[in-house]
Amino acid sequence: MLIIGLTICRISDVLLCNVTDRVSFWFVVTDSSQNMTTVPGSVVEAAIRMNRNRINSAFLLSDKTLQFLKITSTLSPPVEPSTPVWLIVFGVVLCLIVAGIVFLVVAGIQQRKKKNKESTERENLEEKGEVTVTVENGIPCEALDLKAGHINGVFAADDERFTSL
Amino acid sequence: GFLIPYFIMLIAEGMPLLYLELAVGQRMRRGSIGAWKIISPYLCGVGVASVIVSFFLSMYYNVINAWAFWYLFHSFQDPLPWATCPLNSNRTGYEDECEKTSSTQYFWYRQTLNISPSLEASGNVQWEQALCLTLAWLVVYLCILRGTESTGKVVYVTASLPYCVLIIYLIRGLTLHGAVNGLVYMFTPKLEQLSNPKTWISAATQIFFSLGLGFGSLIAFASYNEPTNNCERHAIIVSLINSTTSIFASIVTFSIYGFKATFNYESCINKVILLLLNAFDLEEGSLTADNLNEMKDYLMATHPQEYAQLSPQLKNCSLEAELDTAVQGTGLAFIVYSEAIKNMEVPQLYSVLYFVMLLMLGIGSMLGNTAAILTPLTDSRVIATRFPKEVISGVVCFINCVIGLIFTMEAGNYWFDIFNDYAATLSLLLIVLVETIAVCYIYGIRRFEKDLYTMIGRKPNWYWKIMWAFASPLLIISLFIFYLTDYILTGTLQYQAWDATQGQLVTKDYPSYALAVIGLLVAASTMCIPLGALVTFIRKRLKRE
Repeated sequence: MLIIGLTICRISDVLLCNVTDRVSFWFVVTDSSQNMTTVPGSVVEAAIRMNRNRINSAFLLSDKTLQFLKITSTLSPPVEPSTPVWLIVFGVVLCLIVAGIVFLVVAGIQQRKKKNKESTERENLEEKGEVTVTVENGIPCEALDLKAGHINGVFAADDERFTSL
Repeated sequence: GFLIPYFIMLIAEGMPLLYLELAVGQRMRRGSIGAWKIISPYLCGVGVASVIVSFFLSMYYNVINAWAFWYLFHSFQDPLPWATCPLNSNRTGYEDECEKTSSTQYFWYRQTLNISPSLEASGNVQWEQALCLTLAWLVVYLCILRGTESTGKVVYVTASLPYCVLIIYLIRGLTLHGAVNGLVYMFTPKLEQLSNPKTWISAATQIFFSLGLGFGSLIAFASYNEPTNNCERHAIIVSLINSTTSIFASIVTFSIYGFKATFNYESCINKVILLLLNAFDLEEGSLTADNLNEMKDYLMATHPQEYAQLSPQLKNCSLEAELDTAVQGTGLAFIVYSEAIKNMEVPQLYSVLYFVMLLMLGIGSMLGNTAAILTPLTDSRVIATRFPKEVISGVVCFINCVIGLIFTMEAGNYWFDIFNDYAATLSLLLIVLVETIAVCYIYGIRRFEKDLYTMIGRKPNWYWKIMWAFASPLLIISLFIFYLTDYILTGTLQYQAWDATQGQLVTKDYPSYALAVIGLLVAASTMCIPLGALVTFIRKRLKRE
């Protein structure tokens, strides 16, 4: 039963006309208490707007499948959290990356300090004459890492220049 | 349809030039500037041109990574933000602009880019995009911090993860409804397209870009190899793997395009059916996709006036048109994929996977670019002795980040398109042409053969020699001529601007200062080659006197 204004209507008060194949129709609501006068359209519209959910669920339909012409449905806005989700993810990733950069930079500085300390120690030891370190071009031979150095192809490949004994 | 020019370009240009660059780098053991100086002192301009092209590329390419980050961060919501339109102010319907176009395009043009109607209206810097760009540059800095040796380890991840994601997408893509349409479209050759020189130019550019030819990054990487490294085998393997990956990726891409096109086509047909049913009050189910055309003719015959009134709203739905829209451009890649993803089940998972893969690929490319810029800088003794590696990399990243803020403005996407279309294409062709001619004719192909013999113990066979000496230069020269004639025929350059009132792209002419920037971009890199030769010539003259 619908409550329109202050009157209660029954199914017999709703009159259908113009029913088409398309399952669409025009209807008017009459007021049985006031001698079959039709209820004005604006009142019917207001009632339908308020009770849209009940009408839809009675037919197991939704706003998209049951359309009242000239009555637009109020759409529900999407749920928005207080902080946008993307900022949270951005913050997490940013912290991780900055931590990685800081770690690598600090490790690089420490490595360089260690290398400087080692080379000054070695110089001191050489001056004292306690340890002989074979040095080639200012680089101690043990520190020469073959992978990190450049191999000069001109000298390395030319074995035939020297006459064999 | 693109496959035929792609394969021809690969065999004629890709493999020989890749072998050439790897061999040059391995032999000279220097970055691009030093290597070309050794080949001939007049060619120092080639290396500089490569570095300048890499510099331009790194300026604008990281913006793509910034967009990928943006989409990735937005994928952790339900529903996805590009799946539905936002509501207008009185909540009775959707926003106007979103109604006229689709929700994914609205998300791209309005909420990601906040694009302005034309190039002249610059607008403000979008702080969200600026944040994502800074993050992208921080990630790149983290990877190149320790130099090329550490980059090698990063590339293990950035190169293997995309394969895993591609396999997942392949399985998902092939099981989607309508994927077959996309695959059929991909494999049918279109003969009109083959006669259009633009297809061949884009195939060549695609090969150059994906293999990284002409940027100097290959020479830089190869200079770290052992001198006895078998670069011939590596060149062949790399180019074959590259092409198989491209084909694999395009199968995945086209099956998803097919799904999207079929989905849109069916929605379009459903909308037309609904419109006709409502207008003529027909019974539900009397109009289906199969009998739509006959029923349309019947209705046109029986109710001509109402049908005439309705016909402007009745769109002609065509699957071919839907498939044709999705082909190129960076923005299109984001729009098309996000549209396809929103229609799948568990869209958040697929979205995260896809954008992580895009990020891996983008960062991998950025690493190659920055290596091409950094290797000459660390090679030169002037800079390398004064500042440690970390500081040089940091300064380069910082400068690029600041310049990249231009692309985060409201008109930024138009500038991005300018850089994308003009910064690298012509200059790359010229650089590669000069490289081949230099190695074959100036350095001498016999000397090059001897170097290769000392390095890998085997002389190159006739295929390589013919390609280097004749086929590749000729092809590049013909591409050049096509490009220039095409430009001369079309007259002024135009661009696509987004019109918010219509909800679609419109063509506009570039303003004069944009044309000046384009000219500057092309000139900056191409003029280096003759300028370098001139400077060396003058220096030699002065020394003699």
